[in-house]
Amino acid sequence: MIPWFSLLAGMLALAGLYVAFFVAPTDHQQGEAYRIIFLHVPTAWMSMFLYVVMAGWAGIGLALNTRLSGMMASAIAPTGAMFTFLALWSGALWGRPTWGAYWVWDARLTSELVLLFLYLGFIALKSAIPDPVRADRAGAILALVGVVNVPIIYFSVQWWNTLHQGASVSLTRAPSMAATMLLGMLLMALAAWMYSIATALARVRSIILERERDAEWVRLQRAAT
Amino acid sequence: MLQVFSFIVRRELRLALRRKGDALNVLVFFVVVASLFPLGVGPEPNQLRAMAAGVVWIAALLAAVLSLPRLFAADYADGTLEQMLVAPQPLIVVVLAKAAAHWLLTGLPLALAAPLIGLQYDLPAGALGVLLASLLIGTPVLSLLGAAGAALTLGVRGGGALLGLLVLPLFVPVLVFGAGAVTATLIGINPSAHLSLLGAFLAVSSLIGPWAACAALRVALD
Repeated sequence: MIPWFSLLAGMLALAGLYVAFFVAPTDHQQGEAYRIIFLHVPTAWMSMFLYVVMAGWAGIGLALNTRLSGMMASAIAPTGAMFTFLALWSGALWGRPTWGAYWVWDARLTSELVLLFLYLGFIALKSAIPDPVRADRAGAILALVGVVNVPIIYFSVQWWNTLHQGASVSLTRAPSMAATMLLGMLLMALAAWMYSIATALARVRSIILERERDAEWVRLQRAAT
Repeated sequence: MLQVFSFIVRRELRLALRRKGDALNVLVFFVVVASLFPLGVGPEPNQLRAMAAGVVWIAALLAAVLSLPRLFAADYADGTLEQMLVAPQPLIVVVLAKAAAHWLLTGLPLALAAPLIGLQYDLPAGALGVLLASLLIGTPVLSLLGAAGAALTLGVRGGGALLGLLVLPLFVPVLVFGAGAVTATLIGINPSAHLSLLGAFLAVSSLIGPWAACAALRVALD
């Protein structure tokens, strides 16, 4: 499955970047600098989405006592942290020419930074506990407590007076941006999603092999290769 | 249940009184950290008055994080915690009682000492009152969520720093609204909105914190 998702990710990314740079028109307010939206928004969406997925897997592992769920949560965490960092970084690079500042302490940026800390805390806790079952369960509790932050990030632009702009894309209203820009953004978002699936599956494969290294099927596989 | 609660609180207080140094350490740490800031940034009164709320709150957060590992460590080491888990009394009452005792020993003294620190920063009387109120509402949140963090990192290598990393992001809203209440008073806005939100966090954390701590204790002791 991993090659298919990787291929899909690559093709969608190429399509998205093509739309981003050659099809989407120049913004009348921001000029060409706005094009970083095609990296910033998909990575931000993925950072929140992956945290919820990670917390979901962790919750399932906690409730149903399944080992694989905890492994999936561990596999998703580094990718989620990377997307959060990219969202913050690309946002800072966008903020400098448009707002005049790399960073402001408004509600959305601060809560996204807190999300990065939550990811890092999750990874740190899991790596600090030697017993994998206990590590999975402890991480699951932490992830579930932290999932409260994701709605705060999402609604922060509605609840607070923030410098960060409000939502231009909604499930209930027509989008308030040009169709080609929206297309580019959606293509990049899908590309990021496929990439996340590919890397999470690749990572969980390594985690499974590492944790089950004493099992018969692993030894047979290693003997065969 | 109230009996169990008061019993555990009294037990924790009695144990803490045998080692008064632990609680006093936290209070002195708080005062020292808050006193270091003017030495670092310069004694300009206007600058200090503007930073006061944030500095006092951050010092309170750090002092709370400093004292949290001890919440369960002693009982974990001598097996009492295991007895608490297998006892017929609900674990969540035990956790609530421990968090309450922790607040009485660390949060409450910090909150009461804070107005004195505020005087060092030249805060006006109204702001001092709001500082006290915000800390009185906010420090129990630190004890409740901190109990969950302490339970998660029980017996883990590198526990103290890891506990800080886990728990400080969860404290961010408390810090924002707690310090924000004082800053609002300084610029003439009514702080009741900030204090109400702090109260809301206290309500929510009194549910989430003990639940997470119980789950984490069961995970830690298998």
